[in-house]
Amino acid sequence: MSNVLVLVDHTDGTVRKTTAELLTIARRLGEPVAVFIGDGAQAALPALGQYGATKVIALTNPELSQYLVAPKAEALQQVAAKIEPSAILISSNAEGKEIAARLAVKLESGLITDAVDVQEGPVTTQSVFAGNYSVKSKITKGTAIITVKPNAATPEAAETSPEVEEFDVTISDAAKTAKITDSKPRAATGRPELTEAAIIVSGGRGTGGDFAPVEAFADSLGAAVGASRAAVDSGWYPHAYQVGQTGKTVSPQLYVAAGISGAIQHRAGMQTSKTIVAINKDNEAPIFELVDFGVVGDLHKVLPTATQEVTNRKS
Amino acid sequence: MKIVVCAKFVPDATADRRFRSEDNTVDRAGVDGLLSELDEYAVETALTVKEAGDAEVTILTVGPEQAADAVKKGLQMGADAGVHVLDDAIHGSDAVATSLVLSKALAKLEADLVVFGMGSTDGSMGVVPAMVSERLGLPAVTLGSEVTVDGNTVRIRRDGDTASDTVEGTLPLVLSVSDQANEPRYPSFKGIMAAKKKPVETWTLADLEVSADQVGGASSWTEVVEVTARPARTAGTIVTDEDGSGAAQLVEFLSTNKFL
Ligand SMILES: Cc1cc2nc3c(=O)[nH]c(=O)nc-3n(C[C@H](O)[C@H](O)[C@H](O)COP(=O)(O)OP(=O)(O)OC[C@H]3O[C@@H](n4cnc5c(N)ncnc54)[C@H](O)[C@@H]3O)c2cc1C
Ligand SMILES: Nc1ncnc2c1ncn2[C@@H]1O[C@H](COP(=O)(O)O)[C@@H](O)[C@H]1O
Repeated sequence: MSNVLVLVDHTDGTVRKTTAELLTIARRLGEPVAVFIGDGAQAALPALGQYGATKVIALTNPELSQYLVAPKAEALQQVAAKIEPSAILISSNAEGKEIAARLAVKLESGLITDAVDVQEGPVTTQSVFAGNYSVKSKITKGTAIITVKPNAATPEAAETSPEVEEFDVTISDAAKTAKITDSKPRAATGRPELTEAAIIVSGGRGTGGDFAPVEAFADSLGAAVGASRAAVDSGWYPHAYQVGQTGKTVSPQLYVAAGISGAIQHRAGMQTSKTIVAINKDNEAPIFELVDFGVVGDLHKVLPTATQEVTNRKS
Repeated sequence: MKIVVCAKFVPDATADRRFRSEDNTVDRAGVDGLLSELDEYAVETALTVKEAGDAEVTILTVGPEQAADAVKKGLQMGADAGVHVLDDAIHGSDAVATSLVLSKALAKLEADLVVFGMGSTDGSMGVVPAMVSERLGLPAVTLGSEVTVDGNTVRIRRDGDTASDTVEGTLPLVLSVSDQANEPRYPSFKGIMAAKKKPVETWTLADLEVSADQVGGASSWTEVVEVTARPARTAGTIVTDEDGSGAAQLVEFLSTNKFL
């Protein structure tokens, strides 16, 4: 069986759920070989073995994280030259997409970004035009390079006992030209990660700037909090939580939109959610075209009462 | 300094965007289009740099006949010149092929600073800037939410999922900016009038020494096998909170669907 290279997505060594999804997908296409950039490959072994990684290639060259993207692409090219994978799977985030873009040029290979499903072939599925169309594609040249969105697969365990293989890469001067001179970690909120959450409660301009009822309702459901661009642009909520075309694309089990009108660019980021609920005081708001359940009313009244009711039922 | 903004002509997101049934490519001719809104941030960045020093701003677009509108909008905002790469063979190109054409044109223009948007509003792959950087061997500082140009140094703030980074590189360089970078200006009446007299060149693949078999659908390294419109959502239940029962009904819905 052919090798399928999976770039491990981790935060300071903690393997993210998307990696389990990538490994699960990789098993449909061949034998998953995980590539771990940075320190902590040894500690990550159980997490990677649980989802079927047959081998973990560790790249620890410090230059890989001192510069933006280019060295990582160069390193993956060198790994690919050695293990000759039939496909390369990378998480579809800003960095992942840029790594994939560079690899596509380097390896003269076809690239598909933002896959929401990948099946044998590989045949990918993408959701385009704000989720209004679904497109199935194939890669016709070289190594299939695919960036995969969160929640594209349900992680399925398949225990293996991989070992770490250190791999030496050489980074060219040409790849060391965009230097990261400072990095400020974002403060943790204690809530689930937006792109990975099963439930999201988002607030828009209709909150009038007060996100407390949105956060309280989210917490009663164990949900992540999102925001529309109007709320972000008004400075009411950080940009990292924006849902939509220029924010995050999410596809949770349940999406609750409070005080959000449902503009096409917002829909682009949430339309594929399994169940959609909206609270909006305007019964003609376009968001109601999408909902499974909608409440026409003032979110400042509905959310606090609903939060209380959820808390009562849960206790 | 010579600044080139890569700006794309895209179908209007608020109109009915669709695919051509004959070859599954995005229908660019039959629908209303415009300069990708996300590339307006790139134009604004270029104009800001120009106003702070001495620079010439060129708008570069690769696209069909109507894509001239994207160039025009950039000129109306204040850019100095335009280049439109127009060639029937380009139809159906994927990002890899588009990046080849852009790279050749950028080399010909001898750009010092190349500015991109964060992603086109139709394909929204967000990969072309990285590909162009790779092809031209230029540094890339991408997805800047704040940009400073200080002599030969370009510095950005890049907001990631877990951290906010400061990244810098020196000219010549590829830059892409997010929609947090600035507030794009509207063309003024004066700008609209002035744009009519600004030089726009139309180049073909031959001008760039790119052969037709390197671009277009036939050369594409990916192939669309199926396009399906999303089935319409079945209408949901909508209740009115007049009597204050909205919250209870909402929670009942969540409970029935096992979200509690
Ligand atoms: C290139 C581009 C990219 C974009 N990207 C994004 C993106 O990523 N994400 C995004 O969200 N937007 C994006 N937008 C902006 C988008 O077009 C809309 O402007 C934005 O989504 C509107 O946010 P909103 O729904 O919160 O505000 P509005 O459209 O103003 O809607 C507010 C809603 O709240 C309701 N309301 C008011 N008060 C109350 C109350 N007390 N109780 C209940 N309801 C109330 C109103 O009836 C209204 O429907 C983008 C736009 C462009 C051009
Ligand atoms: N056909 C094109 N002509 C000019 N610039 C383009 C074209 N396609 C993409 N770009 C630029 O590349 C950026 C990213 O595009 P994409 O990778 O398609 O999302 C856009 O914001 C534009 O700046």
